[in-house]
Amino acid sequence: MGEFAIGQPVTRFEDPRLLKGGGRYVDDLAFPGMLYGHVLRSPHAHANITRLDISKAKAAPGVRAVLIGEDWAKSGYGDLPRAEGKKKRDGSPMYRPHFPALAKVKVRYVGDPVAFVVADTIEQAQDAAELIEVDYDILPSVTSVALGSQPGAPLVWDDCENNICFVHLEGDKQATDAAFAKADHIVKKRFVISRVTAATMETRGSIGHYDQAADRYTIYTTLQRALNFREELAETLNIPESRLRVVAGDIGGSFGMKSGVFNEVGLVLLASKVTGHPVKWVSTRSESFLADAHGRDNVSDAELALDKNGMFLGLRVHNLVNMGSYTQPGTDSGAYSNLGTLAGVYLTPAIHVDVTAVYTNTNPMRPFRGNGRPEAAFVIERIVDMAADELGIDPAELRRRNLIPPEKMPFQTGLSFNIDCGEFEKILDLTLEMADYKGFEARRAEARKRGKLRGIGMSFTIEKAASPGYEGAEVRFDRTGSVTVLAGSVTQGQGHETIFKQIVSDTLGIHPDEIHYLQGDTDQVFFGEGTGGSRTASLGGSAVTVATGKVVDKAKKIAAHMMGVDEVDFAEGVFTARQTNRTLSMKDVARAAMSPKNLPQGMELGLNATAAYHTTKQNYPNGCHIVELEIDEDTGQVEMDRYVVVDDVGNVLNPLLLKGQIIGGISQGVGQMLMEQIRFDPTSGQNLTGSFMDYAMPHAEIFPHIDIKSNPVPTKTNLLGVKGAGEAGCVGALPAVGNALVDALSHLGVTHVEMPATPERLWRIMDEAKRA
Amino acid sequence: MDIDVKMTVNGKAVSGKVEARTLLVQFIREHLRLTGTHVGCDTTQCGCCVVHVDGVAMKSCTMLAVQADGKAITTIEGLAAADGTLHPMQQAFRDHHGLQCGFCTPGMVMMGVDIANRLPGADEKTVRHQLEGNICRCTGYQGIVEAIMDASAVMNAARS
Repeated sequence: MGEFAIGQPVTRFEDPRLLKGGGRYVDDLAFPGMLYGHVLRSPHAHANITRLDISKAKAAPGVRAVLIGEDWAKSGYGDLPRAEGKKKRDGSPMYRPHFPALAKVKVRYVGDPVAFVVADTIEQAQDAAELIEVDYDILPSVTSVALGSQPGAPLVWDDCENNICFVHLEGDKQATDAAFAKADHIVKKRFVISRVTAATMETRGSIGHYDQAADRYTIYTTLQRALNFREELAETLNIPESRLRVVAGDIGGSFGMKSGVFNEVGLVLLASKVTGHPVKWVSTRSESFLADAHGRDNVSDAELALDKNGMFLGLRVHNLVNMGSYTQPGTDSGAYSNLGTLAGVYLTPAIHVDVTAVYTNTNPMRPFRGNGRPEAAFVIERIVDMAADELGIDPAELRRRNLIPPEKMPFQTGLSFNIDCGEFEKILDLTLEMADYKGFEARRAEARKRGKLRGIGMSFTIEKAASPGYEGAEVRFDRTGSVTVLAGSVTQGQGHETIFKQIVSDTLGIHPDEIHYLQGDTDQVFFGEGTGGSRTASLGGSAVTVATGKVVDKAKKIAAHMMGVDEVDFAEGVFTARQTNRTLSMKDVARAAMSPKNLPQGMELGLNATAAYHTTKQNYPNGCHIVELEIDEDTGQVEMDRYVVVDDVGNVLNPLLLKGQIIGGISQGVGQMLMEQIRFDPTSGQNLTGSFMDYAMPHAEIFPHIDIKSNPVPTKTNLLGVKGAGEAGCVGALPAVGNALVDALSHLGVTHVEMPATPERLWRIMDEAKRA
Repeated sequence: MDIDVKMTVNGKAVSGKVEARTLLVQFIREHLRLTGTHVGCDTTQCGCCVVHVDGVAMKSCTMLAVQADGKAITTIEGLAAADGTLHPMQQAFRDHHGLQCGFCTPGMVMMGVDIANRLPGADEKTVRHQLEGNICRCTGYQGIVEAIMDASAVMNAARS
């Protein structure tokens, strides 16, 4: 419908509310009689609890309860959700430890919850936690994934040999070995993908409320998948899902991190049951570094085999992936579910990947924007650049030779991806032109005169989005003909409300002002999985489309009945019949549908529709990034000068929001490459990056204006022809910036720069090169 | 021991009893229940809590409520016109997609107004530098910077 149609740069419907301070994040909620909880956390990475005395804390002012591991064990609740399904190398099941909300005997990372203090005010709870006496017998710990799986490493779980959680193999080993045997050139490199954290601006939080009279639980929390969350949490609580309501308000960013059922969710519910009051827990920022699940953290040993013409023959990758100390459903998926990105946009016929997932004395892990995609993209796109360098071929030219041409689509890569469509060479050419690739050497020479080392870097990445799964949507008309659209997906800032209202408005001809959007409340939303893996536009968008399609089908029958004709046409919200000059609007029909006299005999009242859309095929967003940056020779400071992207995320539902997703993703990729890193002291296992003072976040100042063009190649794998857009920017940015840094320093003999490329690290590299 | 504080918040006289350690942001959020001002960190880095104190941008997490006694405070709830019309800075944030999750947004908008007031016509580089006390995790800042520059021009034109 006109300005709100699918494809228009519609400004967001959620914005006025959020811009006026009307957001409703979990910390904004308050209930009568609400108490506040504070978690006492382990100060040690690995230790036995030898004594725990809570008597003084219990007697402190305002304290209503102090929960410890024993209370959780006696509560009747089970483990928090646990990962399952993978296997070890010998075929035995993966190691899946028990996962209580409070540690009882042993703590396994700095931040592991030991006690939960509940009081009338948060200050009282915090003060009382100081009075808890805990004696620890400190044990040796291991935080590094590379060291964790080595023989003799401290064991995170006594009965988990070599800390190995599971092993995952993918691709064709025999064919890959054969490809390497006939290769003219082999490039080898160990890539270390640093550990980072989502650092959502809103920290995690939960309010638990057990209604004793109704024997029913409600949890208000930060999440991504309300219905999946309810299923998993109900299992932990040992109750039917019908006795649990999960409510998400506005979510202040998640990027994968908030997708789990964290310890504190269980704690506020148990505390509410014990005290008879609603109990709130909201993480402080410092606490979030110790208590949130982290992302990435793996080591990739990669080898690329090429023939003498620079054609890729084979790729072999061994990954060690950090699992942290506990695993949940989804926490392990970054290790295996997105390895397909390693195959890239290339014809490489033979690929084999061998992944070992390793427990360490660190926070549990979770997907973080890309969940294995940026890691894989970094490996393939860095090693392609290294090959280009070693063979003396321009990196763009080497990529061009190996790109999958459109006429070979659908193309089964050497890994899991079966790419249905894409115009890779066209996108490469568009990006090179946008970046003025040819003019780069002149810009490099000019920068040199200013004491700046200028580099250019590109990446051409592809990932899977909207993995096979389902999503639900519902369209409800009220008696006046206005609409509520309910979605199974949950926005954390992506703008679902806007996209879904565009679809409803466009397909039903209802003005967006008359559409209400509702999400994240399991008592309201009937069906769905939720948000993650760049799935909502594809699956949620298709579900809304199916629901509105059902509405139109029924409304046409009602309109025909009302006009006394056999058939009506419907366009722009208006029903017309060729035989008459009468018209009816969608609202007219919706209102009429509430009265039996207007309906064909036997038709059910009302104009509501639900849809459960499912797909068996994922889609493959892809794009080319080119970045130009300068390194200050004296300080190692990096300044990005230009950044261009041409993406293919299929049909564009809203270019304004798409740009936001791509740029936002880029900023997180740039952050990881240049500054962010969770660091642990290797001896004590202490997290050394426990605040925004220590964990560097990207600020406005570090970014240039980012130019984005779209080259949509619609996919047939969903109803809207869209491909996922949420993770693409992050996937492309990590290798593009990494390649640009190396290019800037290559004249010094530098072939790789580890992340994060802080000024200190770059200065040391330049200093070392000068001394050599 | 409770201490009496009085101040003007969004044009209204308010008063309350606070502890000496109560932060201005706690007073605003918990006593006045104006929850648009957010807390995103505990080390004065993120800027989610920026409000105006006597017309100047301040991080309300780094100021005690008692320090604001007698001052005039404007929070994000006090920025739009009485009839609900968005302030030019709020409108520009919407027009330029300068927000996603919305959590850093109140602080960003209040900071944006402060930048526009202090440095009318500031160029992109200056605006980016001026935002060094505000962190956004979603947008990559581009929409925010464009919004501040755009609103700054609108506010400038309205002044002249």
